[in-house]
Amino acid sequence: MTGWLRRRQSAEAVGEWQAMRKAREQIPLRVMAHAGPALPPEQADAVRAALDTHRDLPGALLPILHAVQDGLGYIPEAAVPVIAHDLNQSRAEVHGMLSFYHYFRTQPSGRHIVYLCRAEACQSMGARELEGLVKQRLGIDFHETTTDGAFTLEPVYCLGNCACAPSVMVDKTLHGRVDAERFEALLVEAEEASK
Amino acid sequence: MTTTLYISRDASALAVGAERVARAIAEHALRSGADIRVVRNGSRGMFWLEPLIEVATPGGRIAYGPVQPKDVADLFACGFAQGAAHALRLGKVEDIAYFARQERLTFARVGIIDPLSLDDYRAHGGLVGLKKALEMAPADIVKTVTDSGLRGRGGAAFPAGIKWNTALGAQSTQKYIVCNADEGDSGTFSDRMLMEGDPFVLIEGMIIAGLAVGATQGYIYLRCEYPHAHEALKSAIVTAYANQLLGNDILGSGKRFDLDVRLGAGAYICGEETSLLDSLEGKRGQVRAKPPLPAIKGLFGQPTIINNVITLASVPIILDKGADYYRDFGMGRSRGTLPLQLAGNIRHGGLVEKAFGLTLRELLYDYGGGSATGRPIRAVQVGGPLGAYLPESQFDTPIDYEAFAAIKGMLGHGGIVAFDDTVDMAQQARFAMEFCAIESCGKCTPCRIGSTRGVEVIDRIIADHSRAMNTTLLRDLCDTMVNGSLCALGGLTPYPVLSALEHFPGDFSKEPALPLSAVGSG
Repeated sequence: MTGWLRRRQSAEAVGEWQAMRKAREQIPLRVMAHAGPALPPEQADAVRAALDTHRDLPGALLPILHAVQDGLGYIPEAAVPVIAHDLNQSRAEVHGMLSFYHYFRTQPSGRHIVYLCRAEACQSMGARELEGLVKQRLGIDFHETTTDGAFTLEPVYCLGNCACAPSVMVDKTLHGRVDAERFEALLVEAEEASK
Repeated sequence: MTTTLYISRDASALAVGAERVARAIAEHALRSGADIRVVRNGSRGMFWLEPLIEVATPGGRIAYGPVQPKDVADLFACGFAQGAAHALRLGKVEDIAYFARQERLTFARVGIIDPLSLDDYRAHGGLVGLKKALEMAPADIVKTVTDSGLRGRGGAAFPAGIKWNTALGAQSTQKYIVCNADEGDSGTFSDRMLMEGDPFVLIEGMIIAGLAVGATQGYIYLRCEYPHAHEALKSAIVTAYANQLLGNDILGSGKRFDLDVRLGAGAYICGEETSLLDSLEGKRGQVRAKPPLPAIKGLFGQPTIINNVITLASVPIILDKGADYYRDFGMGRSRGTLPLQLAGNIRHGGLVEKAFGLTLRELLYDYGGGSATGRPIRAVQVGGPLGAYLPESQFDTPIDYEAFAAIKGMLGHGGIVAFDDTVDMAQQARFAMEFCAIESCGKCTPCRIGSTRGVEVIDRIIADHSRAMNTTLLRDLCDTMVNGSLCALGGLTPYPVLSALEHFPGDFSKEPALPLSAVGSG
């Protein structure tokens, strides 16, 4: 028997282990689930509202994550254990959703999200060149936010506007036949709309 | 007398300014006291003419387009509300050649009715199919669909009737109808247009599917990139419940069907049916091994019919007019019509619903009018990002599932993306691999790792680093992906790559733009 295994099976070690288990059981599960940074109250309210509305749906996790992101603009890391505990799922399962789906974000975005289509139909109408121009104009790469906090740039693969390419969606507004000049106007429009 | 104007609320029409035009019209009418009523319809699918305004006149609906807000005052001054002459006047919509030559079955109402009005839907032949289905035995509904020859319009073209029959025969207390509205292929927008332009036909198709196999719950899995379609579906479902179309007493028959829309979250792979089911269950959208087939063990482990939007939306007309009516359109084993989508670098982009059998060349030139830039069309990608790139020599291929399979292409969901002669096909091949790497669900190795290696190998070929050896390696890698991947993402990504290599070898053997040191060695 190797050393570590002998040690693990010794009466002393087993005793320590049992004591530790017992101590853990004293901690209410709810507190365990909240280990890590706590959610600020207003975020906690939004998460609770999302859970209350959707938890009884079959396959509730996807609608819940959408509702949290709709409410807060992103899904804070501290919301993961809360959602997991509520649905009796593991944190890994919730985290796995966030890392799998491109649309979900775990960091706040800028005031506006610019979704730039990179797919083939847009490429055929100059989306590659537009992508270069947009990155240069905003001074950022994909998944980044401008230093003034105005715009976050995200790639997207098809917006279903392929007969009017190239396409850009700013927040939930779709724009077709976008060139450098039109893009400039979109930025101004978006900022004016949020004033 | 009140004049009715139609201005589209289709996402593509809005993307080119339809909302601004509608607002300008409303403002002008308010100022001038013109007696008009504006209906926000779906799009006719002639996107180079959007924003299109249609004016209802005793002689039919007269179209004007493309209209910009600055044109509005002038249109009113010319008397366009009476259908008068103007530089933007296009005549009767039904007389525009692009539209006149189509065979619109599934899209019969799109662009014509107010999408959110159930009365309008009824007045234009809606619910006839459902009423017939309510009188039929489930097996007879399935037989009608089988006899119509309808094949899955999502891309795989699997006969719908066979799928339905499997689900009908499965024993379970709960079965599901799932609509795959995760239309992620670039160059496709027919699902979106239909959901925005005639959502009730999809709802009707899903109810009929439910009656056919004994399913009482339906889900529409919609991609989150389609906010306009989401609004239309939500609104239509509320109306359908309020009018006893959905719920526990469908049109007073005592039969039940419930329907819900769920939003995806930006994963292309969720258009694959089994990963869509995992996503609906609230998991990562990872592909499942088949068998078991979803028709036997699908959503939440229960028998599930999962069909594309267009497949389900084609069911009402089949039930209404009969299997023979639908089957009489088309050629070979491709029966009925296919809503084709002309996209990318094309002059007249839009939706063309036609019986199978016309050629790609007819579509590109007779309908599409050639490239948007006026340069020669050099390559066409049919069937989305997993479809082959076709050279000019293959433009005479008829639109038919088997004919496309024979040239190692696929029709897929009917998206056609044109590229002019400025396209660099080596870059397109590289993008196919890059896209697969971004969107792979990660479950199987050929797709997850193969796609990343594919990008690297193509980079080396472009940089002229052991070009011959790396080309052999690329073909070998493609072979592994085709034969070793779990689903169509890894299994079909090699098609655009190999077709580009096959038909446009010159693009892979140009002088490298980058020095060798900028590309990884190996």
